[in-house]
Amino acid sequence: MTPAARNQPTIGPPLWLLAELTYRCPLQCPYCSNPLDYAQQEQELTTEQWLRVLRQGREMGAAQLGFSGGEPLVRQDLPDLIAEARQLGYYSNLITSGLGLTEAKVAQFRDAGLDHIQVSFQASDPELNNAVAGSRKAFEQKLAMARAVKAAGYPMVLNFVIHRHNIHQMPDIIDLCRRLEADYVELATCQYYGWAFHNREGLMPSRQQLATAEQQVNEQRQRLAAAGSAIKLIFVTPDYYEERPKACMNGWGSLFLTVAPDGTALPCHSARLLPIDFPNVRDESLRQIWYDSPGFNHYRGDSWMPEPCRSCDEKGKDFGGCRCQAYLLTGNADNADPVCDKSPHHDRILAARRAADHASAGLESLTYRNTSNSRLFYRSG
Amino acid sequence: MDRVPKFRPGFRFQWEPAQDCYVLLYPEGMVRLNGSAGAILAEVDGDRSVAEIVHRLEQRFPEAGSLAEDVAGFLRDAEAQHWVALS
Repeated sequence: MTPAARNQPTIGPPLWLLAELTYRCPLQCPYCSNPLDYAQQEQELTTEQWLRVLRQGREMGAAQLGFSGGEPLVRQDLPDLIAEARQLGYYSNLITSGLGLTEAKVAQFRDAGLDHIQVSFQASDPELNNAVAGSRKAFEQKLAMARAVKAAGYPMVLNFVIHRHNIHQMPDIIDLCRRLEADYVELATCQYYGWAFHNREGLMPSRQQLATAEQQVNEQRQRLAAAGSAIKLIFVTPDYYEERPKACMNGWGSLFLTVAPDGTALPCHSARLLPIDFPNVRDESLRQIWYDSPGFNHYRGDSWMPEPCRSCDEKGKDFGGCRCQAYLLTGNADNADPVCDKSPHHDRILAARRAADHASAGLESLTYRNTSNSRLFYRSG
Repeated sequence: MDRVPKFRPGFRFQWEPAQDCYVLLYPEGMVRLNGSAGAILAEVDGDRSVAEIVHRLEQRFPEAGSLAEDVAGFLRDAEAQHWVALS
């Protein structure tokens, strides 16, 4: 046991394993949570290395498995990974844009034991959807694949990332989900990491836009319930309009373990941006990584906390918020998440809110997530 | 009591050794079940009626007395949560 781990409360198993299979993706969404310099990471894990990660995670107690990316369908070995996941007893989730999916693959994955496919949309109409995704054919393909997923008997989960350019479509978005017979709809207001942080000013909705959308979601919930619909609408409010931070990842190294395409193991999918040396599954077992690595022990417990978190009576509830947000907004990941109105840096959140009230730039002002833009970030970084 | 509970599509019930309990898994979520909830859901196979499940549990736990009300109540809650469908 490392010195860091000795002071910690009992460390539970990683119940959630997120396998980011690749950073390759046919879409260019400007709010992508992948790192800005993703194009620098070219060496993906092999099939055998992923299979080992899945076995080790399941042995430790992981029950939920996400296949994500990038676009995970790009990986030709996805059916093999799905089959192994089922055989090991995972509940497996495929998080996809729908591009590259076919009816045959939907059926093949189901037969291999995939439990759930989540299809993302960018908007409720083809024009805006395709403009945000940076792809002319995306919307029609997504519609076709959402129908195929439903027809194959999977639970239907649709995901919309909400920002200032599509938030006005809320009633249309929910109507589209109803027509597609969704079981769950995630209306996830954009969180500002990766490309979304870079594009924050062009993405963040105003408080008024947000209040209107929230009211519309509540009205639609009532309408759906009155009509006997079982659709669950999950509206994720953005951190930037909260006064207290979220209990990010339910605590650092508490439930979630992400493995990035190159094998870097992370306590969340954004943590790669932190100035912390994270372990790699090529070098160590998941067990060593989870329990003993300095990276995973870095923010466990609360002995690392400075004020105002240290003496705060809510520190056991929110763990000081999000380390990545603290780093992005204050330059020091130890600081309280500036979302908290007790943070001495909370003015940065207030400034972002004021900017959102006056923002007017269109989609064309956003930096799209693609390899040539990514190369600019690591050459200048 | 004649109705037959069945897990809804997308819900998977299984024993998790690492957590020492039964869990119910669904898209990107997991419910940890306490002992009695786990024992009841372990009898759900899409074939047995509520009455049959009650009978089996009463045989297994004779010291518990009549279980009809508890089991039926729990399964109604599970239906309201959309974990199971009763047909």
